[in-house]
Amino acid sequence: MSNTTLENSATAMMPRRRSGSGGKRRFTWGKATPYLLIIPAILFELLIHVVPMVVGVWMSFIQLTQFYITNWLEAPFIGFDNFKVALDFTNPLGQQLAESFGLTFAFTVLTVGVSWLFGMSASIVLHRSFRGRGLLRTLFLIPYAIPAYAGIITWKFIFQRDTGLLNEFLVNVLHVTGDAPFWLIGDNAFWSLVIVAVWQQWPFAFLMIMAGMQSIPEELFEAAAIDGANDWQQIRYVTLGLMKPVNAVLLLLLFLWTFREFNTPFVLFGARPPDSANLLVVTIYQSSFIQWNFGLGAAMSVLLMLFLILVAALWALWNRRVRRDA
Amino acid sequence: MKIRFLAAGATVAAAALALSACSPGAEPAPTPTDADKPYAGTVLQYWATNQGSSLDNDVEILQPELDKFEELTGIKVELEVIPWSDMTNNTLAAAVSGQGPDVVNIGNTNATTLNTTGAFLPFAGEDLAAIGGAEKFYESAWETTGPAGVDPTSIPLYSQVYGLFYNLALFEEAGLEPPTTWEELLAAAEELTDADAGTWGIVAPAGTVNVAMHIQYIFANQAGGSPFTADGEPDFVTDENVEGVRQYLDLMATQKVMNPSNAQYTDGGQATADFAGGKIGMYMAQTGNVNALRANGMEPTEYGVVPVPAPRGSDQVGSFIAGTNISIFEFSKNKEAALEFVKFMTSPEESEILNKAYGTLPPVRDVPATAFEAYPELMDMWTEILADYAIPMAQVPTVSAYQANVGGGVVGLFGNAATGSTITDDDIRAMLTEAQQKMATG
Repeated sequence: MSNTTLENSATAMMPRRRSGSGGKRRFTWGKATPYLLIIPAILFELLIHVVPMVVGVWMSFIQLTQFYITNWLEAPFIGFDNFKVALDFTNPLGQQLAESFGLTFAFTVLTVGVSWLFGMSASIVLHRSFRGRGLLRTLFLIPYAIPAYAGIITWKFIFQRDTGLLNEFLVNVLHVTGDAPFWLIGDNAFWSLVIVAVWQQWPFAFLMIMAGMQSIPEELFEAAAIDGANDWQQIRYVTLGLMKPVNAVLLLLLFLWTFREFNTPFVLFGARPPDSANLLVVTIYQSSFIQWNFGLGAAMSVLLMLFLILVAALWALWNRRVRRDA
Repeated sequence: MKIRFLAAGATVAAAALALSACSPGAEPAPTPTDADKPYAGTVLQYWATNQGSSLDNDVEILQPELDKFEELTGIKVELEVIPWSDMTNNTLAAAVSGQGPDVVNIGNTNATTLNTTGAFLPFAGEDLAAIGGAEKFYESAWETTGPAGVDPTSIPLYSQVYGLFYNLALFEEAGLEPPTTWEELLAAAEELTDADAGTWGIVAPAGTVNVAMHIQYIFANQAGGSPFTADGEPDFVTDENVEGVRQYLDLMATQKVMNPSNAQYTDGGQATADFAGGKIGMYMAQTGNVNALRANGMEPTEYGVVPVPAPRGSDQVGSFIAGTNISIFEFSKNKEAALEFVKFMTSPEESEILNKAYGTLPPVRDVPATAFEAYPELMDMWTEILADYAIPMAQVPTVSAYQANVGGGVVGLFGNAATGSTITDDDIRAMLTEAQQKMATG
């Protein structure tokens, strides 16, 4: 104990090398290298994410209509007027935004839920080795490998009322209904959207869960089996228990991605989707590019961004609590 | 240490290089090389609209003319054909960013809206004289360039009007005459419709927003109304505008002479293909469809054309003057060469060649519509519709918003009608009210 005290006192008495020569720091390439290496990343991050985001926020406060698109700086500053229009649920644009929000929330919960369920089920089945496992894994990943547009256009053909494969199957093969239903207009359009989104999303969930499950030691399952746990109990207490951190990140990512889904409704239905499939980002697109009111579109985008930040923040709080309790 | 320094330096240099590549770099016009060809060596970028039966068909038609232009002037034109569905977005993006082609085609219904953006070169004074002046165009075509008293930013290239195409064989078989009133059209359509056999009285791209707006505009004018007041203010919630929607919608909703699947048709191509298939009696479409019908195997000898009929006692409006105009972006660094190009494209010789290839009507005076030279009856009919039945589109800045809100609303109502909902006048009025409110807040 006393030795330590003496050493500390001696150290305190010694002059500090770095604070010498009038506080000047000597430049060395060794010290600068980490900063130089990170400069490109910072520059591109600013260029690709931060600057457009700041410009978007600025746009939401100006009246950026067709009359000013070639000279944004002349667009009048209108404070929160664009936000007032977007949040005034008595006018059609605000009402449309509110309806889109509710619809997008339902679409997201369904798509993420089903994608996760499919991904988890397939991972559990394919976790154990059997003949043909590699083939099935490859097969399941195909939707993720196909370019989104090509996949969605194929679905658009499948969903055609008169010539589509789905109605051919339902009407002429299974004889479920005599009158061919619409899948691209009316209320069914929502379900078409969910089906295509799940088809695209679930391979990612499958991939992430598969990767996570590789890290669960086989001994834990053996030990659980010896303790008398049946298959369901092994899944419930071993697999799901240990997969909690992976699932937490996966569900957050899927939620954020799905909530701002644009490709699927746009390619399936065009610029004017049926009301049942008018997702939030398509509404924002319509305000900007169809109504030519980029200020209003930007205000809606800012609201969407704030909502997603809120979701991420709540997730972070929940995740911290789960980790603390664990 | 040295390696680390080099690596860091290299990444910074790469980033700087990449960033500099992102910055706009306009190539200045080269020095003139020949007194007769003062802009030789200039390269123009040109976005053409999809007028032909496919994007490749457009390239096949346009490229020989662009080569001819290069031979004459030494100016090279790099062509890109843009589908109609992307044209507004691409044009807007170019206008906003100042990065894009020198010359672009636009749909003439957007002429006034795009004029107000300030992104295009106004054709006035010397610039208008450089392309041969306004006098070389028919007055009706010139009216599509924008409101009177405002320097136009687009010049007529291809003119079109709506007509009612009817299948000669089906009409003959049923002993029908081409309709001259809306009531006759409905009666003929009813006679021809046999849903179980897949035969329908009429086809329309009912899920297509711009066509919905076109038809609503024509029908509202037949009823003696207009979507805009004389001052150019939107005035959608009127009986005439309700009638304009109802007349179109009822073909599917009440008369049931249109296949409900048409509500899924988000572009004209599907309706054209259906009509060419030989099991559809009538099709309201623009002049240029002659080209697309031929590509789908239907020759002009197999159909007739009459003006889109109006209900008895209504105004005889059968179309508005539609078509494609050509514009020069204000940011173009090659203004003189671009003016040369517009002059070339609207010269009598090229106007004849291009309008013949596209099955459209030349907007240039005294140029014959040779697309129909083998079919004089068709040529006379299109000329008659243009002269006696066509009105100008409203030249107001909010036409694009009208298209989005009313056209989009009509498409939505078709969706409801197709899926079995009954559409009342109150529903139509509610849609128009909502569209009007969007114009006010949008």
